[in-house]
Amino acid sequence: MSDTREILMKVEDLKTYFPVRKGVFKRTAGYVKALDGVDLEIYRGETLGIVGESGCGKTTLGKSVLRLHTPNGGKVHYAFPDGMRNILELKGSELDEARRRLQIVFQDPYSSLNPSFTIFGSFDDPLRKFGVKSKKDRQKIVEKLLSDVNLPGDYMTRYPNEFSGGQRQRIGIARALSVDPELIVCDEAVSALDVSIQAQVLKLLRRLQSERNLTYLFITHDLSVVEYVADRIAVMYLGKVVELADTEELFRRTLHPYTQALLSAIPIADITKRKKRIPLQGDVPSPVNPPSGCTFHPRCAFATEKCRELSPQLETFTFEGREHLVRCHYALDVTSRTQVSQ
Amino acid sequence: MKQDTIVEVKDLCVNFYTNQRCNKALREVSFSIRKARTLCIVGESGCGKSVTANSIMQLLPDLGRIESGTITYHGEDETVHIEKLPRNGRKMRSLRGEHIAMIFQDPMTALNPVFSVGYQIEEMIREHLELSHSRSSELAVKLLKDMGVPLPEQRVREYPHQYSGGMRQRAMIAMAMACAPKVLIADEPTTALDVTIQAQIFELMLALKEEKQMAILLITHDMGVVAELADDVAVMYMGNIVESGTAEQVMSSPSHPYTRALLDSIPVLGRGKAQNLEPIRGTTPDPYNRPAGCQFEPRCDYATELCRRQMPTEESVNASDREEKPHMVRCFNYKELTHV
Repeated sequence: MSDTREILMKVEDLKTYFPVRKGVFKRTAGYVKALDGVDLEIYRGETLGIVGESGCGKTTLGKSVLRLHTPNGGKVHYAFPDGMRNILELKGSELDEARRRLQIVFQDPYSSLNPSFTIFGSFDDPLRKFGVKSKKDRQKIVEKLLSDVNLPGDYMTRYPNEFSGGQRQRIGIARALSVDPELIVCDEAVSALDVSIQAQVLKLLRRLQSERNLTYLFITHDLSVVEYVADRIAVMYLGKVVELADTEELFRRTLHPYTQALLSAIPIADITKRKKRIPLQGDVPSPVNPPSGCTFHPRCAFATEKCRELSPQLETFTFEGREHLVRCHYALDVTSRTQVSQ
Repeated sequence: MKQDTIVEVKDLCVNFYTNQRCNKALREVSFSIRKARTLCIVGESGCGKSVTANSIMQLLPDLGRIESGTITYHGEDETVHIEKLPRNGRKMRSLRGEHIAMIFQDPMTALNPVFSVGYQIEEMIREHLELSHSRSSELAVKLLKDMGVPLPEQRVREYPHQYSGGMRQRAMIAMAMACAPKVLIADEPTTALDVTIQAQIFELMLALKEEKQMAILLITHDMGVVAELADDVAVMYMGNIVESGTAEQVMSSPSHPYTRALLDSIPVLGRGKAQNLEPIRGTTPDPYNRPAGCQFEPRCDYATELCRRQMPTEESVNASDREEKPHMVRCFNYKELTHV
């Protein structure tokens, strides 16, 4: 990728907290810090992969940038034709315009389509909302969209229960495309599918990206999938980005101990590559009451006193002209450790 | 029959009867689970992997029936034909848990939410071993400790909802291990867990296999898990084992078009964006409306007229070799694949 990359979305210090309510009067007893200061930049035409374990805030991030959740703080700047504006401050027709540019494909293809609507019915509202007045035109558009995702156009009169999981997911993608968006959030879009179907959807997403110059925010827990689709990867842990780099760079020079452990835990479908795992002790701590200092320190094999007390910042390193962001006090020491452990 | 075979399944056919229709869920499935080895059964959803596990444990639903074939358990001093035992008879109940134990996919639904974890483990011990109350609670604590549950004396009194997903699965394994079974059947034990927790559970299962010389039947849909853990592999498609052999044989030289297509369709970590994924065309057929011949024929690139009419039988890939564990495949045209 060249230096002329255009920033499409810039997320600054995004915070989304969910209150934990207790007792008869639903007193707020604390907050789940689902997103605790996330900074990201998404470039036009790229695929940014977000990976992490369950509960790390990846889905909340996807929904917060679309304003499906209301963040408690931070900014989400988006490049509209007339310049960067904060999505979180938009109202009325401006917000509608932002929603047209930002779409989402959900994880579960069984619950993301309304079972009592035909496929055309599911497409009808957004198309009408965004100005296609005549029904004939809308039908034509739906037919075109379905054929784009390799489904026959006359399927639009059918109901969701007549389709398999892979077909439904493709319908979900077609629906996201219906308003001609620029950025699509794929929230675990292939996780619920069987492997042979997963490949179909992944290839489809890639093709659509090159045809329509789409930008994807690809959220998944599956690192082998993200390696296949993503240009850059952000690794999240307990509501924070702990490492962010080009896909190749991240896999070759893994700096954060959490990413290293995560990578070593993935079973690789290649028998020649049985490897030594770096077992992580314990579970992900509760985001209601995260550990002091570096939130990863209770599970980190290399934690020191400093990690227990001081929360590390996301630091930028440059290797061979590529940026590599890490949130670890000992990021550079980790490099030497990696080489030893491999 | 080899010495170390503990459970031998031969030509097992299982049918499900619903609404006057019959789903032939398993068709002539044969394999053996051997001492201190892990057999992985791999396949997509609906291919019959869980039915296989449930048949061995006689846990099929009322609508399901073992039509033909044998399931033989070779115990230390007895040989039991499981398929002939009444489902809830005394013999089957003593086998279940004491000799063959099972862990399930979702530990939250497999554990009873209204009893403490300790009580549920002790229940297993009391059912099978004649131990006093205090001895059995000691054993429950020890089991939890062995499975790597921190503070077992305290955790034993807690309820499943107080456990995290990984801990629940450890508690399930502790329960399964209570009577030191010969065989552990694990039906997608880590599908509901995160990868780092999955790695912990796998380490635990490997250690148990080594220490206790246990035979493991692991059911999974993840080729990665197969490559990491399996000694032997059986690939299932629509109720048939289409290919089986050692992990080395099946993963390095896949001989069935389905196995090969499956391996080509998954992204493999470390191969990057350059890898070319080849999706398998079409979808799995409706189990009530199956193809007449080979089940994979409509999706197969090598299909011929013969495949349309007839289901191939199991053949050894290298007919000449007399290896310990032969590499079996159910395909008329496997030679085309292996010689390309």
